[in-house]
Amino acid sequence: MQKDFLELIRRASCDLPADVIRVIKQGRNAEAKGSPSRSALDDVLENCDLASRTSRPICQDTGTNIWYVHHPRSVSQAALTRDIIAATRKATKLAYLRPNAVDSITGKNSGDNTGPGAPVIHFHEWSKKSLVADLMLKGGGSENVSAQYSLPNGAIGAGRDLEGIRRSVVDAVFNAQGKGCGPGIIGVGVGGDRATSMIEAKEQLFRLVNDKNPDPVLAKLEKTLLAQCNELGIGPMGFGGSTTVLGVKIGARHRLPASFFVSIAYLCWAARRASVSIAGGRATYSQISQQAMKYKLPAVAARKGR
Amino acid sequence: MIRIDLPVLEKDIRKLKVGDEVSLHGTIVTARDAAHKLMVEEWPKFVEPLIKNGAIYHCGPVMKKTGKSWKAVAAGPTTSIREEPYEAAVMDHYKVRLIIGKGGMGPKTLKACKDVGAVYLHAIGGAAPLLADTVVRTKAVHLLDKLGVPEAFWEFEVDGFKGIVTMDSKGKSLHANLLRQSKKKRDAIIGI
Repeated sequence: MQKDFLELIRRASCDLPADVIRVIKQGRNAEAKGSPSRSALDDVLENCDLASRTSRPICQDTGTNIWYVHHPRSVSQAALTRDIIAATRKATKLAYLRPNAVDSITGKNSGDNTGPGAPVIHFHEWSKKSLVADLMLKGGGSENVSAQYSLPNGAIGAGRDLEGIRRSVVDAVFNAQGKGCGPGIIGVGVGGDRATSMIEAKEQLFRLVNDKNPDPVLAKLEKTLLAQCNELGIGPMGFGGSTTVLGVKIGARHRLPASFFVSIAYLCWAARRASVSIAGGRATYSQISQQAMKYKLPAVAARKGR
Repeated sequence: MIRIDLPVLEKDIRKLKVGDEVSLHGTIVTARDAAHKLMVEEWPKFVEPLIKNGAIYHCGPVMKKTGKSWKAVAAGPTTSIREEPYEAAVMDHYKVRLIIGKGGMGPKTLKACKDVGAVYLHAIGGAAPLLADTVVRTKAVHLLDKLGVPEAFWEFEVDGFKGIVTMDSKGKSLHANLLRQSKKKRDAIIGI
């Protein structure tokens, strides 16, 4: 499957999904004529077109490579890991990926995007006969402005409720200013422990930016937060304007009675994700990931499925 | 659009103001986290002729080697604020006239812009192939083995590299303004 995984990496790195392009265009049209914000989004759109036509990375920071592989029982995870690593090395050689994995202690770049913890791979066994791999390339600038709140938080008056979640998200987007390559997409993970809360936030980023949360309470909060984050006026690149975020996506997990985490995963406008389905030796590529499909299920079923 | 040829005179840089759109022609040199740390710890001499009256670009490019020459495949800016602890000293030591990056920088760098005679030029974050195509030649690379591709000092000859001045030598910063304005809005939205 190495060849199919290599093509998946190329697509993720070079082709921005159509749903993201659409909301960037909407944002561009909402910015004032002749403003730096509008001109910035014009450049963004031209850049995406150029990247796609020339098979070059949309952004030089090809990010953390996050894989979600759904596989049948008959497939070995060790073999899949080997194929993903081989494809990653090849993709680095072909300049679809920048050498982006650095030894945190020695400072040495491994040169091929592999090493302890790189790439990030999550496996899920399922009852289907096909294999589906989702890939996201998440840039470091946006990762650096991501945040985690432990509620209650006195500084922003955030308690352990929906209002507390709302305050945390607005505060995190404010703190990010223009440093995360906005307009961003905001993934929110409520509950869990410190690690799984942020994993939930990142999984939210696989959703289509224009989908609707099947949970009416969360759907309402997503809509409110989209409007309120845009009221901040930070705008594209932090140049000012009405397009500060492109979407807000919220998911929740059970927590301990002692803990209440709100994790905010900021994703830059270069929201690079792609998916491949492999059945009977044939690969079919898609811009809609398996993670996004979950959101067509009713809320209760989706929660049970995790 | 204001054309700036590099190297550039201090008096020409002092004419630039926040909001000016600029196109660069000449040599710019990439330096990011490891390069900045190294500069302030060792003050390497080889850097001086590269950036004196010149430009530092916060960028870790995707590069492709064909034969002996390197080509910039994708070369957008990285987040500049990480260099805030180092930049003012680097600007003063080497007399750097332009800092190019994204996201803006803080009060120390803003003061250095005033004292040294320099501006901060904001490039479009993520516009990597678009900016790479303004690199007409990779003139040289320094400390590639030690620092790796993203962190090495790459000497790029550019023709028409675009950016917008967001911090000038008069002490104005678009980023500081927006921070103030958006803080008021945050407080109102949150209700504190």
